[in-house]
Amino acid sequence: MEILVCVKQVPDTEEIKVDPVTGSLIREGVPSILNPLDACALEAAVRFKEAHGGAVTVISMGPPQAEQALRQCISVGADDAVLITDRAFKDSDTLATSYALSLTSKQLGCFDVIFCGKHTIDGETGQVGPQIAEHLNYNQITGVMDVKFDGEYLLASREMEEGKETVQAALPCVITVTKTNYTPRYPSIKSKMAANKKEIKILSASQIEGLEMDRIGMSGSRTTVVKSFVPAVGEAGMIICEETAEQSGKKLAALLVDAKVI
Amino acid sequence: MAMIMNQDQKDLVALAKEFMEKEVKPHIYELDEKGEFPLELYKKGFQLGFHCMDMEEKYGGVGLDYNTIAFVVEELAKVDAGFAISLTLNGLPFACVSQFGTEEQKKYVSEKIVPGGFITFALTEADAGSNAGAVRCTCTRDGDDYIINGPKTFITNGEYGDIHIVFATINPEAGVRGICAFIVEKDRKGIQIGKKENKMGLRLSNTCDMFFDNVRVPASNLLGKEGMGFKIAMSALDIGRVFNAAMAIGIAQGALDDCIEYSKQRKPFGAPIATHQAVQFMLADMAIQIEAARALTHNTAYLAQAGEKYTKEAAISKTFASDMAMHVTTDAVQVFGGYGYSKEYPVEKRMRDAKIFQIFEGTNQIQRMIISGALLR
Repeated sequence: MEILVCVKQVPDTEEIKVDPVTGSLIREGVPSILNPLDACALEAAVRFKEAHGGAVTVISMGPPQAEQALRQCISVGADDAVLITDRAFKDSDTLATSYALSLTSKQLGCFDVIFCGKHTIDGETGQVGPQIAEHLNYNQITGVMDVKFDGEYLLASREMEEGKETVQAALPCVITVTKTNYTPRYPSIKSKMAANKKEIKILSASQIEGLEMDRIGMSGSRTTVVKSFVPAVGEAGMIICEETAEQSGKKLAALLVDAKVI
Repeated sequence: MAMIMNQDQKDLVALAKEFMEKEVKPHIYELDEKGEFPLELYKKGFQLGFHCMDMEEKYGGVGLDYNTIAFVVEELAKVDAGFAISLTLNGLPFACVSQFGTEEQKKYVSEKIVPGGFITFALTEADAGSNAGAVRCTCTRDGDDYIINGPKTFITNGEYGDIHIVFATINPEAGVRGICAFIVEKDRKGIQIGKKENKMGLRLSNTCDMFFDNVRVPASNLLGKEGMGFKIAMSALDIGRVFNAAMAIGIAQGALDDCIEYSKQRKPFGAPIATHQAVQFMLADMAIQIEAARALTHNTAYLAQAGEKYTKEAAISKTFASDMAMHVTTDAVQVFGGYGYSKEYPVEKRMRDAKIFQIFEGTNQIQRMIISGALLR
């Protein structure tokens, strides 16, 4: 089983502050981390490898320092890592990113399953995984909490608004992973040090076979970020659920009177 | 921290921080209150390899150098020194095996410990603490075996030890020259676990009395030769003191970090206490002492790593770092004021934890004897 995991290094949003005047994010001094759902996707992929054999390759598109995130992946079970990095990728939107990742995936080999985090904590679009599936003409299952393989089909447990559903799909398939029931493993001291010695394959745009330059970067992007802002935080809502509808109604009325609404 | 670290060291410190913050920190208050030994958390730490950092790779250990270990144990102790002590204590007794054991003994002990386990250092007795040469636990030769008899006290991890390195005398009249060191497996008949100490600090660590009642071990479990036990113990204690110093630095650094955060928030007169020079100078003095202790300790670790003689420097590092940690944590309680005296805030625990570092593995008075002895030799 050949497995690919797509990951992204993102700013730690817990550490990010917003400029109160401009409304833009202050990224200086903010540590970079492996996108949390990508860490879940990697854990799911490594467990999948442990159950069914094969190898896990991780891939990331980003600046040179994204190598750190890839080394982190190696320390917790990935076998190989590839970084595609080039100034030409700057300002790529999800379409351009998924295009570059899918072309690189083809170049690296024939992957049976591609795991992605459902979305990243910086962009929150959740589009890259499904777009990769479209580029490669793979099946896709999104929002997956757990995945098994019965020898012929993938069986993915999928998070729904209310409850779960299990989806069956043939290989090859893209799986986007949401928060799993298990937490990603820690590296050991040994695996951490071994990861630091591992060679990471680095590819520039010109080293990706068949890549059309006008389909990456800003020119290859179909979306533009017009404005970033932090929405005003409203007060939390309240659910009134007394024993009877009459009691609930009375309580609601009392609250509205107190609030001088009625 | 004004120290240059390589990438491995940075990563391992980050790993220690993440592990301690996520896995241990949420439980510290309760465990400290109860004085409970969180065995399951220690097992998680074993999986990462914190219990065999100084065991050579060829025996399955991690094989880190002493400076890297010092960085890691400092980070562990920054969150909880008791947990750090119990998790990494194996290094001290294993040093006895690695420095004086045969190839078979090194393999035997590593195979039992590397998958996850504790080794204890059973030297101290009620009347043989600072005067380690006064050991009264005896060993007698009986055919191909030795028979060990006698009590031990203040044994860290004693209740949970898989292997004990036990020091016993074959001839009480011979003083330090009569002491022998043995590998004693926990399932040997006659090992009794006694009273568990209800300690002031390091309450996540286990400390107990032990009694060896006609415990029979094969002669192949003797480390080195008969009468070498004192030398073995002292040699292991040298490197143990370097790591103790690093842990004391961790306690102090944790206290300083707490003070920096608190002093920016606490506003008794409408402005944060961090704006008061009296507080600023206390923080600066803490940092001065911590950085000095760290530089000193890492220099000793370099000496040890290079194979230089470092007994005096280990004693200097341990004394300076532990006195410093006591001073810094006491000042930290002062910075926190009344809240510093409350268990609601972490600094009183750091003060309790720091105290033992002036006492164990050779009191600071004994350390000064070692230092002056080396100076006047």
